[in-house]
Amino acid sequence: MREGNWRPRIVAFFCNWCTYTAADLAGVSRLKYAPNARVIRLMCSGRLDPQLVLAAFARGADGVLIGGCHPGDCHYLEGNYKTLRRFRLLRRLLRDLGIEEERLRLEWVSAAEGEKIRQVVTDMVETLRALGPLDLPGQFRQWDQEVETLKAQVVEAERLTPQPA
Amino acid sequence: MNPTSKPKVAFYWCASCGGCEEAVVDLAEDILNVVEAVEIVFWPVAMDFKKQDLEAMPDRAIAAALVNGAIRTSEQEEMVRLLRRKSQCLISYGACAQLGGIPALANQFEREEILRYVYQEAPSVINNSGTYPQPATPHNGDTVTLPAFRNSVRALDQVVEVDYYIPGCPPTPALTKAALDALLAGRLPPRGTVLAPDVALCEQCPRLESKPKDLSLDAFQRPHRTALDPEKCLLAQGIPCMGPATRSGCEALCIKGNMACTGCFGPTSRVLDHGAKILSCFASALAPKEPQGIDQALAGLPDPVGTFYRYSLARSLLRRKRGPSQTQHFIRGNPP
Repeated sequence: MREGNWRPRIVAFFCNWCTYTAADLAGVSRLKYAPNARVIRLMCSGRLDPQLVLAAFARGADGVLIGGCHPGDCHYLEGNYKTLRRFRLLRRLLRDLGIEEERLRLEWVSAAEGEKIRQVVTDMVETLRALGPLDLPGQFRQWDQEVETLKAQVVEAERLTPQPA
Repeated sequence: MNPTSKPKVAFYWCASCGGCEEAVVDLAEDILNVVEAVEIVFWPVAMDFKKQDLEAMPDRAIAAALVNGAIRTSEQEEMVRLLRRKSQCLISYGACAQLGGIPALANQFEREEILRYVYQEAPSVINNSGTYPQPATPHNGDTVTLPAFRNSVRALDQVVEVDYYIPGCPPTPALTKAALDALLAGRLPPRGTVLAPDVALCEQCPRLESKPKDLSLDAFQRPHRTALDPEKCLLAQGIPCMGPATRSGCEALCIKGNMACTGCFGPTSRVLDHGAKILSCFASALAPKEPQGIDQALAGLPDPVGTFYRYSLARSLLRRKRGPSQTQHFIRGNPP
């Protein structure tokens, strides 16, 4: 990936009842903010399976932003607390696997806080810009180069060897 | 029966402990029926065959090759590519071949870190000349070669195509026998199937009755510091048990021994990432609602990667640690 053309890519998982509505409000209010977040609407931040966070990183996200209701405000009473617990554990796991903690961010944003969306997204883009690309798909290809040479040799040798009777 | 008309079977091991080979022998009297029904054409650990014997066979001459162990060296890659070519059916046998297994925990370190520790820093090593293994070394006018040691440990299907998986560390005799019987009878499910029940261990756990619907744990406990109730659900006792995210088929042997599941059967088919799935379950099972209390409750899980990906790091979505290790103290053998 050419550094010059690189723009941070954020996958944003937003709760339908608060953060998603806030993002909508930011749009309706014509607030200008960084266009780097791809928003995915969930019914509750508690519905976000940690597998999907890892899948986002593995498929090329530079950062993952989770937006949920402020503590005490969850439409389903407990969902955001589950999210908070998963987030705290997931961040430790990511750190242990060499992925900077700042690449995963959790924010409580109520439906009225359009301005907060602008701040959070812009700030996260700056943070990711400073960290640089994560580019796991490129990393996977690079990791697999060590087996590609031998694979090519084996394929070539098989082509040249006559089939034993 | 003419021995040449029996289906040919091969066994091979890669990065593994030998337990999977032992598991084949653990078939006990049943192994006699297997030996009766098949012709073993390659099994380096038990019988005298060489690579040339394998190379001399026509392609696809072997009905089934059972390969255990993860893939770490160029030699293992070469052998499994050869076995793939000579076999109609390549079966991944055991957790290491399926998921990377215990050897794949080394994916938390770079190749150079591992070599430096093993050949230089380990307390039992004296290596003043700084000798490291080399892929090729001149010796008396000749060249002596060693397989290349790769940077990452891989599961078998990350190197060659795999037809079936027999899970476990090691697979149980019952599963092994069922798989061999199905193979011999030609009763095989779709390609790519894991030959074990596709439900979580909890479904077959003798302690299922005592698993509460809402766990609401105050904290996770370290198993070696806890007196365990031999009847009650281990998760309900605050013990990290991988059962909810792990495939059944092991007959709950560890649970019957009052040990928590460590996840050797890997995930069920609906799970993308074994570690993330159990992380989700464990975090949900806690009661605390604010950061400090949550972190205290999670202190009972001091090693998330080693607990959640005990057997599956190579096959996880992130595959390995990125960049050099920051946990140097750990590799030097000092307590963290």
